[in-house]
Amino acid sequence: MSNEKFEPVIIGFTCNWCSYRAADMAGTARMKYAPNVRLIRLMCSGRLDPTFVMKAFANGADGVLITGCHPGDCHYVEQNYKALRRFLLLRRVLTQMGIEAGRLKLFWASAAEGAIFAAEINKFVEEVRALGPLTWPTEFQPIASIPIMQEVTA
Amino acid sequence: MTAKPKFAMYWAASCGGCEIAVLNTHEKILDLDANFDVVFWPVAMDAKYKDVEAMEDGSILLTLFNGGIRNDENEHMAKLLRQKSKILVAFGSCATEGCIPGLANLSDVREIISTAFNTITTDNPNGIYPMTSYDMPEGEIHIPTLLPVLKTLDQVVDVDYFMPGCPPESQQIAAVIDLVIQVVHGKAELPPKGTVIGAGNSTVCDECKRTRNVKVIKSFERIWNIAQDPALCLLEQGIPCNGPATRSGCNARCPTAGAQCIGCYGPAEGVVDYGARLISAFASVIDAKEPEEIDRILDGLVDPIGQFYRFSLAGSLLKAAVPAWKKEKA
Repeated sequence: MSNEKFEPVIIGFTCNWCSYRAADMAGTARMKYAPNVRLIRLMCSGRLDPTFVMKAFANGADGVLITGCHPGDCHYVEQNYKALRRFLLLRRVLTQMGIEAGRLKLFWASAAEGAIFAAEINKFVEEVRALGPLTWPTEFQPIASIPIMQEVTA
Repeated sequence: MTAKPKFAMYWAASCGGCEIAVLNTHEKILDLDANFDVVFWPVAMDAKYKDVEAMEDGSILLTLFNGGIRNDENEHMAKLLRQKSKILVAFGSCATEGCIPGLANLSDVREIISTAFNTITTDNPNGIYPMTSYDMPEGEIHIPTLLPVLKTLDQVVDVDYFMPGCPPESQQIAAVIDLVIQVVHGKAELPPKGTVIGAGNSTVCDECKRTRNVKVIKSFERIWNIAQDPALCLLEQGIPCNGPATRSGCNARCPTAGAQCIGCYGPAEGVVDYGARLISAFASVIDAKEPEEIDRILDGLVDPIGQFYRFSLAGSLLKAAVPAWKKEKA
């Protein structure tokens, strides 16, 4: 285990108009980036329900990536600001749950920024790799016997 | 005399408020007694676990189970009552989604024990902790062992119906008792399995009488810090009210009384994760575009988990926080 390189599972949400096009561009331009990210295309980053992120973590993702159009460029005027606010609030909640803030990332990429998209993904994969696996349990069975209760008699 | 159908009520990890809510149905409790043979209800009558064990499988028509599953005794009783009951209802917030006891899922079980037995408010100079088993001259005795996390009833056994609320409103309980009595007399049919009973299908906002406009807020306020407008939506005034994600059924009691909804009726119909829905709702109404300003506004929510998961942590998608399940670093 220690010899094997840990390959994080990352779920990435892209918006139809900018960041997905950026990923497309990275692909057509034959730019290479880490294959750890499973991209899911939404119409807009404002469509991102925080439930999606919770579900990703609960079902085994080690990191979640949210991407969208640059501020001011949103196809739906200002929904990417909504995504930004949800991201900032979500990160606070996840931190309180004990999930490292670095496991949730947001960046903006326009349709022309294939190279930036690829570079950001590579960076994020390395960051999550450094954090190690999250391995959220699907069943909360006792980890081991809990040898917590002992009597220190007088 | 034809035998009356049997009724049981049990409390696991709970506060006893659900039992009081049942007693608060006033004379309706007499209808319950007239139509049912109460066979097991630790708070109201004397009965032993072995009496329940001796019953035939499926012989209890209706069991109201309140409380979460915190220790192996709770788990045993959940399984036993499931086996003996035709209809098992997860009664109240603890059984349906974990409620306040579920917030212990933020902490390691050792931490919980140590808080209970060895903090400054506890007089325990010799550091005595309870043991789960002990050898007495008469033989070995046991007390229940805590599970690593609190589970909801449906995470342990198959549940027929869910009745939310902390506690469920008495008029809702009375309505449910009425329904079951009607069913017993063949005058009504049971709803499909898995239905949430004794509550509405909409949100608290839907029942709230306060005026609602477009919500744009610049700061979150704590309720004692501002002079509130008694007719205006609380969230619009910056008071973090959980109404938008919470199931209706309480007639918006808290907002009507001037306090924010804290979400005891659990997720509204169709909401997968209560906290996530609220995160979405709160973030949407913040009027800021710069990360620094957004963060400053969010600082007003001093305890995000307490705000978003006060009643629903154990039943949420993530179920618990990392410290509750992560193995200790060697």
